[in-house]
Amino acid sequence: MTADLASASPRTSPAPRRTARRTARRARRADWIAVVSTFVVVVGGWEAVVRIADISSIVLPPPSLIVGKLYDGLVHGTFVKNLGYTMAETVLGFAIAAFLGIVLGALVAEIRWIRRAVYPYIVAFQTVPKIALAPLLVIWFGFGMTSKVIVAVTVAFFPVIVNTIEGLQNTDHQRIDMIRAMGAGRFEAFRRVKLPSALPYIFAGLDAAIVLSLLGAVVGEFMGSRAGLGNQILIFNSVLDIAGSFAVLILLSIIGFLLHLLLVMVQKKVVFWTNVHAVSSGA
Amino acid sequence: MRTAASEPAQAGQRHDEQLISIRGATLAYPTASGDPVQALNPIDLDIRAEAFVSLVGPSGCGKSTLLKILAGLLHQSEGEVTLDGRPLTGPSPNVGVVFQQPVLLPWLTILNNVLLPIRVQKRNVDEYRQRAMDLLAMVGLEGFESRYPSELSGGMQQRVGIVRALVPDPQILLMDEPFGALDALTREQLNDDLQTIWAEQRKTVFFITHSIPEAVYLSDRVLVMSERPGRVIADFEVDIPRPRSLEDVSLPEFVELTGRIRRLLNAKGGID
Ligand SMILES: Nc1ncnc2c1ncn2[C@@H]1O[C@H](COP(=O)(O)OP(=O)(O)OP(=O)(O)O)[C@@H](O)[C@H]1O
Ligand SMILES: [Mg+2]
Repeated sequence: MTADLASASPRTSPAPRRTARRTARRARRADWIAVVSTFVVVVGGWEAVVRIADISSIVLPPPSLIVGKLYDGLVHGTFVKNLGYTMAETVLGFAIAAFLGIVLGALVAEIRWIRRAVYPYIVAFQTVPKIALAPLLVIWFGFGMTSKVIVAVTVAFFPVIVNTIEGLQNTDHQRIDMIRAMGAGRFEAFRRVKLPSALPYIFAGLDAAIVLSLLGAVVGEFMGSRAGLGNQILIFNSVLDIAGSFAVLILLSIIGFLLHLLLVMVQKKVVFWTNVHAVSSGA
Repeated sequence: MRTAASEPAQAGQRHDEQLISIRGATLAYPTASGDPVQALNPIDLDIRAEAFVSLVGPSGCGKSTLLKILAGLLHQSEGEVTLDGRPLTGPSPNVGVVFQQPVLLPWLTILNNVLLPIRVQKRNVDEYRQRAMDLLAMVGLEGFESRYPSELSGGMQQRVGIVRALVPDPQILLMDEPFGALDALTREQLNDDLQTIWAEQRKTVFFITHSIPEAVYLSDRVLVMSERPGRVIADFEVDIPRPRSLEDVSLPEFVELTGRIRRLLNAKGGID
């Protein structure tokens, strides 16, 4: 089998392939150099301006101070505990939003009377700034974790459902004809053609949702909570420890980026047949 | 196999051995603007079992539309279509379709793509795996079973589409310009393969093509369709003995028949 495959594939001479690979590697290295240079210039400039102009660290702390705070917070302080708390809210909120978004999206896309009854509301709610519901949700569901998870679900749910509907409705008509001609009923067509065809869209929605879920959790914590990184920022702010606030902010950014990266990795595994980055974030 | 309420074939009226029977079928596509597009004028057509029938006609005349009606994907606006004496109400596992584009699923390997109808029809996959491998080998795709469609050329993908229609061994094969995207050499080879499959497995083939020589070479009958809204304006019998070989294209009967069809189409505004 392996031998067959090898003999069947056209042999390209190794020389041009190697040059192509080398060129690609060089281009990637150039990208990295550009990114790192920007970082060095911005952070270095920030540090220099703060020191030269002697700006008070209550207004704008220098990067060196922020990094120190970050290290302290992680090693000696409460960052790790609060991080765990916020992550739990984020992941839980994301999971619920993903599940509800995909299941309800499928129902809306596939069942006509549900679509008629519900779709206009989804479109209308899409433009409502859901995050503004956070104060209300905290009053309704208390200062514990529940209210934060609900805020996270509220903001993360819409991109998932909107993209799921969009993806399912955009399935190539020829594919549906193809599977129907084989005698597939609606469920078979959904399972074997529509859902896989919609996956690139669904992942675009999930990608937006995971970052929004983190946002929801932190904003929920701002509205009143006993723990979490949002709570940590409030505490630092109340004692004018701006460097501390910045440190938490950096931590949040790193987490957001890592969550996004994780999702892209899963997407590349699941939707391996396409590298097209699909459509609207719906956020 | 069909679950549709089956009316008994109208006694006496049933033409002996007519597998497919179309009576006054028309089709109008609804459009957003409200004015429906009349794609087919009344079509009357009988196809007997095991016949190889080709359909040629200008682009946009309604060939694919007629094929989709036979595939059970579209329902005629008026008239009646029967398959084996029973009104056609939807797709049948007894009909295999090869579309104008290969329409493979990019997340399935080649083998799983061609086994898709077996899975959809809830048949036993193990019983068909060897047949699938043999058919892939027959069209020159041995060793590509575990590749993905994106790793294949357009022509190779089209061959996979043909194999997929053949794997469940349907009685009727509907083919919509299956070789349109292929180079001349591959096309000739596949024409030969198709002739062999047809001769060995006794399938009824309804074959749409843009190539008049291809239609004549393969068929028992060549139907010619008018411009949209399409109707069948001519029905030629091809009497060249089988099995046919590539040399037969220079036979006087062959040249004469292709010439007549071409003149007919040119008079009607030409093919394409
Ligand atoms: N879904 C549709 N909605 C509206 N009009 C359609 C639709 N599909 C096809 N038509 C119209 O019906 C006519 C016949 O289309 P059809 O695809 O059957 O042509 P065809 O003979 O197969 O052409 P070609 O040789 O180019 O494949 C065309 O004029 C086309 O514009
Ligand atoms: Mg067509």
